[in-house]
Amino acid sequence: MTEQMTGRNGPAGTERPAGADPRTAGPSGPSPRDLAARSPHHPSARAAEQPRPAENAPAAPAPAAPAPAVPAQASPAQGVGAEPPRAHVTSPGKVRATGAQALVYALERVGADVVFGIPGGAVLPAYDPLLDSKIIRHILVRHEQGAGHAATGYAQATGRIGVCMATSGPGATNLVTPIADAYMDSVPIVAITGQVPSSLIGTDGFQEADISGITIPITKHNFLVTKPEDIARTIGEAFHVASTGRPGPVLVDIAKDALQAMTDFSWPVPFELPGYHPVTRPHARQVREAARLITESRRPVLYVGGGVIKARAAGQLRELAELTGIPVVTTLMARGAFPDRHPQHMGMPGMHGTVAAVGALQQADLLIALGTRFDDRVTGKLDTFAPGALIVHADIDPAEISKNRRADVPIVGDCREVIADLVAAVEAEHEQGHRPDLAAWRAQLDSLRATYPLGYDQPDDGTLAPQYVIERIGKIAGPEAVYVAGVGQHQMWAAQFIDYENPGTWINSGGLGTMGFAVPAAMGAKTGRPDATVWAIDGDGCFQMTNQELATCAIEGIPIKVAIINNGSLGMVRQWQTLFYNERYSNTDLHRTAERKLTGTRIPDFVKLAEAYGCEGIRCEEAADVDKAIDRAMAIDDRPVVVDFIVHRDAMVWPMVAAGTSNNDIKFARGLAPDWGGQSE
Amino acid sequence: MTRHTLSVLVENKPGVLVRIAGLFARRNFNIESLAVGPTEHEEISRITIVVNCEEHPLEQVTKQLNKLINVLKIVELEPGSTVQRELILIKVRADAESRSRVLEAVNLFRAKVVDVALDVITVEATGNREKLDALIKVLEPFGIKELVQSGMVAIGRGGRSITDRALRPVERSA
Repeated sequence: MTEQMTGRNGPAGTERPAGADPRTAGPSGPSPRDLAARSPHHPSARAAEQPRPAENAPAAPAPAAPAPAVPAQASPAQGVGAEPPRAHVTSPGKVRATGAQALVYALERVGADVVFGIPGGAVLPAYDPLLDSKIIRHILVRHEQGAGHAATGYAQATGRIGVCMATSGPGATNLVTPIADAYMDSVPIVAITGQVPSSLIGTDGFQEADISGITIPITKHNFLVTKPEDIARTIGEAFHVASTGRPGPVLVDIAKDALQAMTDFSWPVPFELPGYHPVTRPHARQVREAARLITESRRPVLYVGGGVIKARAAGQLRELAELTGIPVVTTLMARGAFPDRHPQHMGMPGMHGTVAAVGALQQADLLIALGTRFDDRVTGKLDTFAPGALIVHADIDPAEISKNRRADVPIVGDCREVIADLVAAVEAEHEQGHRPDLAAWRAQLDSLRATYPLGYDQPDDGTLAPQYVIERIGKIAGPEAVYVAGVGQHQMWAAQFIDYENPGTWINSGGLGTMGFAVPAAMGAKTGRPDATVWAIDGDGCFQMTNQELATCAIEGIPIKVAIINNGSLGMVRQWQTLFYNERYSNTDLHRTAERKLTGTRIPDFVKLAEAYGCEGIRCEEAADVDKAIDRAMAIDDRPVVVDFIVHRDAMVWPMVAAGTSNNDIKFARGLAPDWGGQSE
Repeated sequence: MTRHTLSVLVENKPGVLVRIAGLFARRNFNIESLAVGPTEHEEISRITIVVNCEEHPLEQVTKQLNKLINVLKIVELEPGSTVQRELILIKVRADAESRSRVLEAVNLFRAKVVDVALDVITVEATGNREKLDALIKVLEPFGIKELVQSGMVAIGRGGRSITDRALRPVERSA
């Protein structure tokens, strides 16, 4: 295997097998549907498959770990060069293997079952044993960014660790955006990148990039592995770090010579992480103090963030909320942590939150902040945020507590344990007769919710209201479906106008706000939850950034549904230009027809594009056709569906707290502020 | 803004220093000086950082440092309970006329002369920040040609060691 051979931009003159010239293949070649059916992962093929072989099952972390099974290495020679070395047992509990084989064995044993990636020169040795793995399914994507977002979507949908793989240089740097995205939203993913041979590191070798250096600020941790004996332990450590404490992305950069060299593989391998001790058990005294404050306050609010979903604490949260009767707000990352239709739910707070939720935070005398970080989108101008409130702040990351707002009762711990302990402590307070009457507070907030409900105007030019489209998707697909959004106006409407009843049904890029997130993340979510209906709600601007993964979905049998909220614009930026830049629309128009006299609905024509990608394409321009289009999409399950909804260009997201202003100055329509009725401090 | 001295115990591995320096840079904390070197434990290095900031940012600095996987322990070394030292090398002008006065100043500070040239002598001094600042002030009128400072190192007074139990063994594996 020569150094120059790569899976991307291969050397000129790469030979094609004779007779397979794509230019001469007829139009009646296998359709993507047939390819998907032939895939061993297609549902029809699963019944014929053998059950997962027991001898390859990941070893449980029991002290008497049996020796790993001798993997059959009877694979024929792959590619150029000699037959790959055969693994053989050298002593009980150890297997002689290449670093690449050790990598795959380690991945199998940490429980990875899907890897999204693209091979290349530096990582090629790892791809060979991957072909033989009976546990890991590798999904070949079309852009490494797609692999990274797919790993994120998979992790958000399943609660497991997402895995992506890329080669060195440009392959690795294409992972930077999704890694930064996972970092901002605390998603557990492991990114494995090939690196040039260790002797070439630092010499500007071919496809060399210091990805470890580049990702230091955007990973929870990263590792550079240059010795084959370190690979298995590093993989174990990477998965441990990614998923414990505050979850986050971990990158493992493996030099090519480490993958190729021989080593001894054994499992499990003890970690060497002396500096890593995440605290999950909350301090009992802090919990009791919090319970005391809770039962003393007259205007408390449960301010719920994404940490509650990561801790799988929705059940505990509901128990606490119903025990105390305290109103609940769920942030953008926490939608679904508490059922939207529950009478105590005031809605989403923040820049585009509901008046009731924002009002609740502003007028509270106690905020019980659970798994949340007082992000600037929620607080507005910090020194005017929740001016009269004491703060109980529970989070697994001690650095978040008192970072933006001083906590009166800080609690470091896992939300599941914290909330369970709070329930017990509050019950103890109740037994002593400490139980405040929240009726007046509840009535105040219920009145705000009733007076200022979420709503939208029907466009007066007869075009489709985007909010209506999204509302109907939510109603028809229901609360059991998984919804994945891009970034922009459509994302806000998807967070507002769909009722989320279950955790893990809303997946979006909150902290980084990465356009192009939706399609690959939906692909990852559907891979992790193949029995769920997965809808990607995307903007036309976002869609054009990563839509090539539709090819992956069509070929691999991942039938996602995509709703393009197509207003021909970068909608959110356009909204800001409408409100703050005198309607001067600088470079937010994705489809200028007037000057250039372009014909057709849009460039590109998304229906034609969908069909080119082997998907079903549907166009919808009238309100009367919306339900029909959605029903048609729901009925198709053997290929991805893309519905191009042509919507009103000037629809606005309301309510809005303008950047840098106080939450008290929220507007629910242009120029219209709620009447707080003399209630605000 | 006050000056705080942090002693950070880290794993002795390549790349750890860049993680720490990077953290300070991107969180907008200003490093006044930084000194790093080995300790009595082969696997532990010690980084002494002097930051100039308010109380709340210092708390954030410490918490963010603790999040780094390679950081084992952080201790703030208060001036009252620690011995703090810096090393300074100064090239000061001293011709035949002024040399004796320069040497007088050097002796007053118990500093040493480590190099002599026709019209320059190189002075080496160790001490805490105040002493070295005073020495520089005294030598300035003669003309300082070049100056290099090592950055502060500090150690707590008394019998305890901050490297005690910094490498807590925890049984963990996949």
